[in-house]
Amino acid sequence: MADKIYLYPLWLRIWHIFNALLYLLLILSGISLHFSDPEYPLIDFKTAVTMHDVSGILLALNYAIFVVLNVNLGNTRYYTFSWKGWPKRLLAQAKYYTVGVFKGEEPPFPISEKRKFNPLQKFSYIMVMYFFTPMVIITGIGLLFPGIVVNQIFETNGLYLTNIFHLITAYVVTMFLIIHVYFSTMGPKPTSYFKSMINGWHES
Amino acid sequence: MSIPIASSKGCFLALSIFFIIFSAHSQTTSPEEAQEIKEIEQEVIDDNGICFNCHGGKKYTYFNTWDERDVNALMNPYYVIDSLVYYDANHKTFRCSDCHSPDYETFPHDGELRMEWISTCMDCHEGDDDYKKYHFETIQEEFAKSAHSDKYDDVFTCWMCHDAHSYKLNARSELPIEDVIVYDNAICLGCHVGADRLSLLSDKEFDILEDHEWLPNQRLHFQNVRCIECHSELNDSLLVAHKILPKDDAVKKCVECHTTNSLLTASLYKFRLMNKYKPYGFSNPEILEVAYVIGATRNYFLDTISIVVFLIIMVGILIHASLRIFL
Repeated sequence: MADKIYLYPLWLRIWHIFNALLYLLLILSGISLHFSDPEYPLIDFKTAVTMHDVSGILLALNYAIFVVLNVNLGNTRYYTFSWKGWPKRLLAQAKYYTVGVFKGEEPPFPISEKRKFNPLQKFSYIMVMYFFTPMVIITGIGLLFPGIVVNQIFETNGLYLTNIFHLITAYVVTMFLIIHVYFSTMGPKPTSYFKSMINGWHES
Repeated sequence: MSIPIASSKGCFLALSIFFIIFSAHSQTTSPEEAQEIKEIEQEVIDDNGICFNCHGGKKYTYFNTWDERDVNALMNPYYVIDSLVYYDANHKTFRCSDCHSPDYETFPHDGELRMEWISTCMDCHEGDDDYKKYHFETIQEEFAKSAHSDKYDDVFTCWMCHDAHSYKLNARSELPIEDVIVYDNAICLGCHVGADRLSLLSDKEFDILEDHEWLPNQRLHFQNVRCIECHSELNDSLLVAHKILPKDDAVKKCVECHTTNSLLTASLYKFRLMNKYKPYGFSNPEILEVAYVIGATRNYFLDTISIVVFLIIMVGILIHASLRIFL
């Protein structure tokens, strides 16, 4: 029988499902707005604007909740890392994903109560949760309230720069989401990790 | 050493961007200074001087021949003409008497003079090859079909919008687009916000803000587009549409502008497009000169790179998943 560890507390699972749903709504409405075409609308423009604005505000609130609870309930410890030997650990994990997994090798950094994320996961989660998500929220606030954005930044339209940052971040987060979902199929069974995010128990 | 994420470089960068974007709200570069008054024939200036002596300021002085003394009087503000504005406007080479009766040179003016007939654009410009590019005839045709003409055909003349003493070409100029927008919108707002002028034609009252309550980012739209972008019907021959539409026919679909084939390129940015503003990887770069319009100003490079990376990821996942299944 597979080992089970209770790794994902209720607050985290609730936050996670909201985060995922809101990001999906934002990606869909964002694509519709960015590639808007009167003849082939993915979502009606006005509906997409409302959907994007509301989901964006909720995502920002959800993110604030995540940061507060993460700090106060001890989950931050999983987001800390040591620079020493860091590239080596990343490489080892990457090698496992690209070679080892096909040979049936054991993962180099098995998940435990002390180590919730392998080095690659930790790196990508830190980047997404503490760089790209704040960035997408900050730039999103700028686009939601364009009056507060500096008109000119280095002789370039401030709103345009804000939007470019928003867009790049959105693209990165979308790519992350796709990879994240795919890697979630790499548990003992393809559905194991999805179940973990529902019942809180990690299977290995 | 263990590093808490709160102090990581990612956070620092995010905060830096926050401060760059939201630091003290600076103003746009101030509009270029008013064009230097070009050399006007001194003779015209001298001739007009007699009118500007009184009509050039708030106060004028005349000699009262009845009680033989100088009298200071206030000029009716509606009859004050700013000479600096006049000599910067389109008709700056005109003598006052080119349009007005020379009898105005006599003071007090004869009361009958207010009945004088004033020529309109077509009286001078119709069929004039020198002004062919402005398509005055088409303007006249379009205006005849407009909501203003429908309702006030007899009294609504070109001068209602294009003040004879101050009108100057804007859309067909290298002026910053913000200045073009402010100038053109002031023409509409002169009546639709100013009750005095409107009362010449109608007892209606408009509440522009309330009427446009449905418009998202109302202030931003008012600052970055002209009223006519939505309230007129385009004509390919004209740089500025003159067929003003009834209120109910105004453009209300966001996506008419918020798309790569944006309506704005055929109106507000048409002159800049005709002058081929340099593209640098963006759709509608001429718009980007001043504004970012979601859906209209897209960077092809960024979109292409992102789509290619997306495809690479999808192919990578497909290969990886296949190998997991079959190996």
